[in-house]
Amino acid sequence: MEIRRRKNQIEISELDPFLAELLRQIPASANPEGAPAAEERIFNPPINGEETEFCAEWKVYVEPELRRLFQTAAQTVAGDLEQLNGNEKNLANRTLRIPCKHADAWLSALNQARLVIAAKNSFTETELSDHLHSPIGSRRDLSLFQVNFYGFLQEFILREMEC
Amino acid sequence: MSAEPLAAEVAVPLISTIVCPKSAAPSTIAIPTIETETREEEALDVPWQVVVHNDPVNLMSYVTMVFQRVFGYPRDKAEKHMLEVHQKGRSILWSGTRERAELYVQQLHGYLLLATLEKIS
Repeated sequence: MEIRRRKNQIEISELDPFLAELLRQIPASANPEGAPAAEERIFNPPINGEETEFCAEWKVYVEPELRRLFQTAAQTVAGDLEQLNGNEKNLANRTLRIPCKHADAWLSALNQARLVIAAKNSFTETELSDHLHSPIGSRRDLSLFQVNFYGFLQEFILREMEC
Repeated sequence: MSAEPLAAEVAVPLISTIVCPKSAAPSTIAIPTIETETREEEALDVPWQVVVHNDPVNLMSYVTMVFQRVFGYPRDKAEKHMLEVHQKGRSILWSGTRERAELYVQQLHGYLLLATLEKIS
């Protein structure tokens, strides 16, 4: 896989089927529904203590806005990922082009996905620091690799946005 | 840790003044309307702070970018706060009125950071 900036696009080329599939899983992975730990992390309380009325109001007025914000980002990413759809036989050496104007949506969706996966698997800080962890083994190993791979993409996008 | 000045946050009574030409002056003078912005006494006396808590998932570079965007901090100041979050577990990003602190927390949640508002004790 190669990743580089080309004019107003971020180009990820020579995508093998495995990494292409991980990319295609970003929108689904970003969805915290059905996982209470992930929901709790994504929609964490705005205040510590006993301000139950304020927290209730937050849930009614702020959370739906946040939910819409996150869904919009995931939808933008899903739209870009349609480039990877099609004939499965041609998945090898696929290229994905991300318009730079979608960079914020990608940062958000990648972050959502990383947080949701980490919350679902209860990864420890030590595990998350193991950037060379092999994806081969258990489902947990694969999830950890996914978190690290998405983190790598986030870092690249952030670096390119600074230029 | 840095605290922003609070002077701009204090409510100032808004006095509506109407200038009338002398020929059109009414025979009786109306008492000018004084509009005041009502706030809880507590909110004026006790400032609030926006606290960001450590999270092992969020990338350091991402957190720095968020601090720059939300608070308009220069990169070195944003990095200082990011490192404080990373090393001490939390950092106070801003202090002032509750209303504005709530807005900042909402923005930080939009970037998926662990942020809370706290009353300064």
